[in-house]
Amino acid sequence: MSILGNRVVRKEDPKFLTSGGTYVDDLKIDGAARVTYVRSTSAHARIRSVDIDEARSAPGVLAVVTAADIELDPLPLEMPMLNEKMPQPWLATDVVRYVGEPVVAIVSETQAEGADAAELIFIDYEPLPVLVDTEGALEGSIVLHPEAGTNVSFELQFGRDESLFDGCEVVVRRRVNNQRVAPCPLEVRAVAARWEDDGRLTQWSSTQAPHSVRDALAKAYGLFEDEVHVISPDVGGGFGAKIGGYPDELLIAWLARRVGRPLKWTETRSESMVALGHGRAQLQDIEIGGSRDGTIGAYRLTVLQDSGAYPRVGALLSFMTRTMASGTYRIPKVDFNSRSVVTNTTPVVSYRGAGRPEATAAIERAVDLFAAEIGMDPAEVRRRNLVPPDAFPFTTPLGTTYDVGDYGRALELALEASGYADLRKEQARRREAGEVRQLGIGLSAYVEITNGVPGSEFAAVEVRENGTAVVRTGTSPHGQGHVTSWAMLVSDALGIPIDSIEVVHGDTDVVPRGVGTFGSRSLQVGGVAAHQAAGQVVDKARQLAAKLLEADPADVVLDKVGQRFHVAGTPAVAKSWGELAREASSEPGGLSAETDFTPPGATFPFGCHVAVVEVDTETGKVTIERLVAVDDAGRILNPLVAEGQIQGGLAQGAAQALLEQVAYDDDGNPLTANLADYTFVSAAEVPSFETTSMETPTPVNELGAKGIGESGTIGSTPAVQNAVVDALSHLGVRHVDMPATPERVWQAIAAAR
Amino acid sequence: MRVRLSVNGASQEHEVEPRLLLVHYLREVVGLTGTNVGCDTSSCGACTVLMDGESIKSCTVLAVQADGTEITTIEGMAQDGAMHPIQEAFREHHALQCGYCTPGMVMAAASLLKEHADLTEAEVREGLEGNLCRCTGYHNIVKAVLAAAGDREALV
Ligand code: FES
Ligand code: FES
Repeated sequence: MSILGNRVVRKEDPKFLTSGGTYVDDLKIDGAARVTYVRSTSAHARIRSVDIDEARSAPGVLAVVTAADIELDPLPLEMPMLNEKMPQPWLATDVVRYVGEPVVAIVSETQAEGADAAELIFIDYEPLPVLVDTEGALEGSIVLHPEAGTNVSFELQFGRDESLFDGCEVVVRRRVNNQRVAPCPLEVRAVAARWEDDGRLTQWSSTQAPHSVRDALAKAYGLFEDEVHVISPDVGGGFGAKIGGYPDELLIAWLARRVGRPLKWTETRSESMVALGHGRAQLQDIEIGGSRDGTIGAYRLTVLQDSGAYPRVGALLSFMTRTMASGTYRIPKVDFNSRSVVTNTTPVVSYRGAGRPEATAAIERAVDLFAAEIGMDPAEVRRRNLVPPDAFPFTTPLGTTYDVGDYGRALELALEASGYADLRKEQARRREAGEVRQLGIGLSAYVEITNGVPGSEFAAVEVRENGTAVVRTGTSPHGQGHVTSWAMLVSDALGIPIDSIEVVHGDTDVVPRGVGTFGSRSLQVGGVAAHQAAGQVVDKARQLAAKLLEADPADVVLDKVGQRFHVAGTPAVAKSWGELAREASSEPGGLSAETDFTPPGATFPFGCHVAVVEVDTETGKVTIERLVAVDDAGRILNPLVAEGQIQGGLAQGAAQALLEQVAYDDDGNPLTANLADYTFVSAAEVPSFETTSMETPTPVNELGAKGIGESGTIGSTPAVQNAVVDALSHLGVRHVDMPATPERVWQAIAAAR
Repeated sequence: MRVRLSVNGASQEHEVEPRLLLVHYLREVVGLTGTNVGCDTSSCGACTVLMDGESIKSCTVLAVQADGTEITTIEGMAQDGAMHPIQEAFREHHALQCGYCTPGMVMAAASLLKEHADLTEAEVREGLEGNLCRCTGYHNIVKAVLAAAGDREALV
C-alpha cells in the first residue's frame, strides 16, 4: 500500500522540538562582526547632511557607510514589468521616501556597540510634502520620483465598458478597503556573509528562494552564479515577504568585503515592521448587477493598489487580482481595471495569497451586497451563480481557465457542516428577542490560483550504496514540511522507508537549480519533480537488475516491501537497492537521476468557508464562534500537513478581517511599528477550526495535486467580514471595512440606527 | 558582573555586562540557541524559558537577575534521549511548522500544565495568549496541549 495520502508525522520535528531549529542568527561564524542600519525616521525628506564622525570613532566600530561610499551599480529591477524610473538605491542618497528606508550602515564588533554608535549619528532632514493616501498619489500634485514624472508604478487599463450593466434590474456599488497588513514571520530577516579565500561569496539568508538570492548577488557583485554560495538554513516563516532580495540584505556582502570580515545582520522586530515588505493594500471599487431572481449579470472591479515608496512585486499584485476577479461564479460580463501608485510608505510585496485574497474579498463582498439588495439568502445567490461541475475546463470572461472543480458540492458540504439552516433560525430568534449579542453567518465560496507564475523546479534522487536515498530539491521549505512530504513521494516510488530518505534543500552548492517556495507551487512542481526523478531511478535500477539477473527488463519487478528487484515469479533471487547502487558506483552519478519539471499550467484550489460570529451590539466587539472550512486542493499527499496549512491560513485570514492593519498617520509615521502596537492574532482570538477536505484531482499533474498553502487565508477573510455585516444586516448595515474593530462596528451600528 | 546559575542542570558561571539580557546570555554566552528572539517589546513569547520552574520571557530579565536560579530551556526538556510528553504531543499533533515559536511555546505549555490540574480549551488559549505563532493558527498547538493535559500521568 502506498504511503501517499496517509497522516505521517514529520521527520523534521524532533530537532525543532529538542534543540530548536538552526536559523541564521543561530549560526556560529568565526570572526563575524555585526551590521546595524540607521533608517529614515522621516517619510519624505531631503537629506541635508549626515554626520557620522562621532559614530566612526565609537568603541567597536569598524565602518560607517553612507550612499556616497557605495560604488556598486544600481540594484537591478526585481521584475521587468516594474517602472525603472522608481528604483530603490542601496542606501538613501539625497531623498528618503519612507520611514524605515536604510540611510547609514554601521559595522561593529558587537550588536550592542552598533546600537550605541547608531545613537551618535545625526541626519539633518528637510521635510518634503508627504503622500500617504493612494488617491492623493493618483491625483499627482506631489510626485515621489520626479524622474518618472508620475506616481503610477503599474497599470492594467482595458477601458471601461459603459454598457456593462445594461439590462441589469439591480446594480450595487461600494468602495471597500483591503487594508495593508504586515506578514510578520516569527523569525525576522537575517543574513550572514563571508568572502572565501578563493574569491567566492558565501551568504546565509533567511529566504524562501535561495537561488534567486544567489542570482541577485551574482548580478550585484559581477560574479558568475557558481561563484556565489547561498544557504538558507531553517527559516522561521516567510509568507511571501521573504522572496526577493532586499537592498539591505544584498549590501551585507559589500560591507563584508569593505571591512574584510564575515558579517552578520539580524533585523530587530521594530525594524522589521517597517523594513520587511507589507501586503494587500488595495482600495477597491466594486460594482455588481443582476436580476431579482438572483442571477448575476455583470461585475466590475476597479483597483487602486498601493505599492509603497519603491515598487516591488506589490505593484503587480493587481495582475493576480484580475486573474481571479470573478471567483467561482459564471458571470457573463466582467470588467477589471487597476492602477498601482507609489506613496511614502514601506514597499508592498507578496503576502500569503498575494493578489488573490483581494480578488476573493471583493467578489465575495459583492455577492453579499447583491444578495442583501434583492433580499435573497446569500447561500442561495451563490448556488444560482456558481460555475457548474460539467463546465470545466472553464474560461472566465477575463480569460482565466480553471482546471477542474465542484464548487456547488463545496458549498453544500460547508452549509451542512455548519448547520446553516439551524444557524439562520438561531439568528432569527436573537433578532426577534432583540438580544445584545447578535449572530452573524458569513460565506465565502472561493477559488484561487496556485503555481500562478509559470516555471520549473529541480529535483534529484540518488540511492546510496547502503540502500538509503537522498533527494535534492529546488524548493525551499520554511515550515511546509517538505522533508517529510518529499520523502513520502520518493518512498512511494522506491519502497525505501521515509526514515532512510534524506531531503536536502536550501543550499545552492548542493542543489544546482531551484525556484523556491511561494505561490503554493512546491508540491505541484517540486514534489512532482521529486516523484518523477524517483521513477527514473527505478527505471535505471530495473535495467541494471535485469543485466545482473540476466533477464528481460520487462520481466523484472520492484518488490517495494523487500526493497529489491527480482524476476516476476522468482522472488528468491533478488538484487537490493544497496547492491544495485554499489554496482552502479562506477558509472558517473551512480544510481541517480535528476529532472526539471515544468507543469503545463496552474491549478485552481477551491472551497467554501462559513464563519459564525457573535457581535456585541453595545460595544461593537466581534467574537469568532466558529470557522467551518471545506477545501479542495486536489489529491492530498499528507492530510496532517495539509490541514496545518489550512489552519494557519484560516487564522491569518480571520486576523485580517478583524484585527490586523498597518497604519500610518498623515505625516507617514507608522503607528504599528512593533508587536505591542500591531495586533498580531493570538490563540485567544480564534476558535478551533472545523475543516473538511474534498479531493478533486487535477489533470494538470501526475499527483493530481493543487497547492494548499494559501487557500485558508483566501477563503476565510471574506467569510469573517461577511459574517460581521450579516450580524447587523437587520439593522440596515450593508458594509463594515476591515479590520472590523469594535470602534468600526460600533460606528456602523450607530450610523445605521 | 558575575552570575552563577544552573542551566538545564549544569552550573554556569560567567562575567557578564550588567545590561545583558537573559535570552542573549543563554544564546551567546552559554551557546544554547534553541531559545529564540521574536520581538523587542516582550510581546511574542519566543524567548520563553522556565526560571525555577515558572515560565518567563527571557527577554524581559537581565542575566544578572537570574543569578542563583535554575533555568530550563528547550534543550533541557528531553530526558535521556526521550522527548517530554509535551514535545511528543507537539509532534503527534503537528503543532509546529517553521518551528520558530516552538521552543517558547513548549516551555509556556509546560508551565501552564504544571500550574493547572484541569485545562479547558479556553484556558489553554488564554494561557498561551502571550506566545505568538504565525504558522499553525494555534489549532494544533491547543490540541497538543490538551492532549498532554489528558495524559498527565506521563508528565513529570
Ligand atoms: S523575544 Fe521575548 S517576548 Fe518576544
Ligand atoms: S510554527 Fe512558525 S511561528 Fe509557530
